[in-house]
Amino acid sequence: MIDATAEANAAQEFDTVVAGHRMQIFRFLLASTRDVDMAETLTQDCFLKAHRNWSGFRGESSVLTWLMRIAINLQKDHWRNRRIQFWRQTRTNAVDLDEASDWLPSGERSAEQRMLAKEQVSHVWRAVENLSERQRTVFLLRYVEELDLKEIADVTGMGEGTVKAHLSRALAKVRKQLGEQK
Amino acid sequence: MNPTDRNPKLSPGEDGFEMEPELREAISNFKSSVDAWSESAISRPREVTAPARTAWGIAPKWVLGCAVFVCTVSGGVYQNHRQQESAKIEAARIAEQQRDLAAERAKEEAELMARVDSDIARQVPSALEPLASLMDESQGTGN
Repeated sequence: MIDATAEANAAQEFDTVVAGHRMQIFRFLLASTRDVDMAETLTQDCFLKAHRNWSGFRGESSVLTWLMRIAINLQKDHWRNRRIQFWRQTRTNAVDLDEASDWLPSGERSAEQRMLAKEQVSHVWRAVENLSERQRTVFLLRYVEELDLKEIADVTGMGEGTVKAHLSRALAKVRKQLGEQK
Repeated sequence: MNPTDRNPKLSPGEDGFEMEPELREAISNFKSSVDAWSESAISRPREVTAPARTAWGIAPKWVLGCAVFVCTVSGGVYQNHRQQESAKIEAARIAEQQRDLAAERAKEEAELMARVDSDIARQVPSALEPLASLMDESQGTGN
């Protein structure tokens, strides 16, 4: 009876975790892959893995840090498997950079401002595409997910100094890409 | 409203990186764009599409199937051909054996007949041959 109640509580607790963090995990994976289907699949895998190991989560890091770590590992595994199985006919649904840049919040902007914003977003996407895997992860965690340097270090398992170095290089590349547009 | 105003994390020097206004604005627009895209994508119904079967995907299976079929048929034909060949060789061997046997029998028969002929052709039995020679001599002296 007590076991059943504990299980029900754990399930409810996990439901709250999913509801609270699904969007953030999905957004990070979508920005990393530019592939909606893949981001959805990896998000599901992430929460499935988290659910299986939920009893082992001791709360040493925040739930988000833990989930992000799982998501990053799943993404790495996915690309590694894809590289190994290079002979397979794999089809990617990643949208191209222009299509990705079409998304802008409908705010009170003029047509000209929207055009300018779209162009900027396109240049940032282009720069992000040319970043190394680590630089891209650090950049997205910092400026899309808005984690601070310590949180990024926890998520990626890198030292804070290394995170800072990757971020600095990533910013330099984005800056350069924006400079080329002029 | 400038989009960077909404994002306190992008304030200059917040994490030790100085950012010029243009870069801040571009990154803020990028974040807004990713937010808008992910919010739209997560709420859409998911389409399940069966993987497209292309001709190139089916071709190897057809080639393999045809190869198995050709191997099976040609294997049967070859096996049949080999059986016929070995049956011919066996028949020739048996025929030769029979010819040899018949020749041997004919030879034995000829030898037997020769022996019988020589026995019949003799004028006196072999036990009386000395006496017969004496008779020949006395006939000679009487003349």
